[in-house]
Amino acid sequence: MLDTQEAEEDKQNVLVAKIDNVKNVSQLLKAVHFRESAMVVVTSDGLKVTVEDSKCVQANAFIQADMFQQFVLSEETLSFKINLSVLLDCLNIFGSGSTAGATTALKMCYAGEGHPLVIVLEESGVLTDCSIKTQLPEDIMEFSFNSSDVVNKAIVKSDCLREALAEMDVDCDVMELVFCPSPPRLQLSAVGAGMETKVEIGGDSELVELFQCPRTSSSRYRLAMMKLSGKPLAQSQKVSLRTDARGFLCLQYMIKTDDGHICFVEFFCSPEEE
Amino acid sequence: MHQAVHLCYQYFGKACKGLWCELQQGHFFNEYNMEGVSAEFNEIYLELKPDNLAKTLSILKSSTAVRSLKIKLTRKHSACLTFEIESPSQTSLSRLCTHDIPVAVLPRRLWASYAEPRMPQFQVSCDLPPLRLLRPVVERMRALGPRLTVSASHAGRLLLRVESDQASVATHFCGLRTHPAGHGQDQEADQQQMFEVHVDIKPFAMFLAGDQFHPAKAVCNLIEDRMLHLFLIHEDITLQYFIPACSS
Repeated sequence: MLDTQEAEEDKQNVLVAKIDNVKNVSQLLKAVHFRESAMVVVTSDGLKVTVEDSKCVQANAFIQADMFQQFVLSEETLSFKINLSVLLDCLNIFGSGSTAGATTALKMCYAGEGHPLVIVLEESGVLTDCSIKTQLPEDIMEFSFNSSDVVNKAIVKSDCLREALAEMDVDCDVMELVFCPSPPRLQLSAVGAGMETKVEIGGDSELVELFQCPRTSSSRYRLAMMKLSGKPLAQSQKVSLRTDARGFLCLQYMIKTDDGHICFVEFFCSPEEE
Repeated sequence: MHQAVHLCYQYFGKACKGLWCELQQGHFFNEYNMEGVSAEFNEIYLELKPDNLAKTLSILKSSTAVRSLKIKLTRKHSACLTFEIESPSQTSLSRLCTHDIPVAVLPRRLWASYAEPRMPQFQVSCDLPPLRLLRPVVERMRALGPRLTVSASHAGRLLLRVESDQASVATHFCGLRTHPAGHGQDQEADQQQMFEVHVDIKPFAMFLAGDQFHPAKAVCNLIEDRMLHLFLIHEDITLQYFIPACSS
């Protein structure tokens, strides 16, 4: 493409973003890909991609602007709804496995409401261009989870939480999360159908980086929804668990992308009424 | 007269052959004895279910050691292709395992419909990009839609495109080697003109699975609006795929 032609086309776009390695983006999107539809909000900080389920869970992936080699936004904020499955299929068009040496470059363009998201990928001289339909954005849930309202907090190695979640029997409807101050421990248990599985993570364990528990708290969540929180776990190194007085749970996953950027994905889950 | 085993697989039962494969017998067999219908028509035409053949041959892949394989045309209750597989055993004697695949011997009057398909006249012929690059692209495109549009030009450009109500995706390959059409039109032909055909993506994806035996060459002949004629060439094996254009 001639530089002048490209510059002309870029002028018509309200967003132009370029990154040398698409994996940095696709990794974060994969972490929240538990439903087909996602809401995207773009600001000068970057992209926030939100996926929700059943009006009780919400996952947000933060794709920071400073990860991109070029990030030009000519409006204060943009938002649209998009099919995340289709977007990931396009981003992974040259294969999702890690190929020795070859990286795929990504260019993303958006011309505003009603226009498709245009994606151009390039690897070893082969070009793929995609045009993905966008829809009007829908309201996303507001969990009002404030750091100042946090009751209990723990930071654990992702592998540890992943194993604990995997233990929860899928036949059970509800998972209970208990923070205990003495002895310091985190308890996950799934109850239902006449059985109970319980996993305990000691606050002093080497798998626990931080354990702040001033008082005992216990909250219950739909197990099927908690299982969805396993998606970002697979991509992350460690995760923080925080609960507030209402019993809302916020999980924050620390993910190191392909190029070593530290990024975050958060997951909110509202509690089940007793 | 060259001695070869030809495999012909009819796709969708259409008159247009789905797959035509030629295996040079000298590449595969130490011994090769056959006697056709007559001296003049020294060929044998057999019809069989490929699944049966695949199951028997898969034993050869999984077994730790097979000493020899003998294939015979026999008559048990009916005509069979008998596979005698010899493997070493604990004792000094060999173990012989026999598999019979029922076949139908086709009479000579039907031979004409199984003749090697003539090379259809194409608008453009080019080498395909390495199959290991094409495969992931086509697999992802398959998730997006059932119909693939293939376009190519004499300038060595190949375009693969898929469209759905959600998205349209196109992958461009350049610098591919092209082969002359051979009917004298090339000099005047516009190098940039793209010739196009729409095909069902599934058989195209299946063709790319041929990458597993690392063909030396993969070629695509494009017959605009009619067919994709694809070749995999490797040592003494040639595989020809005929993918008809799908009805819009």
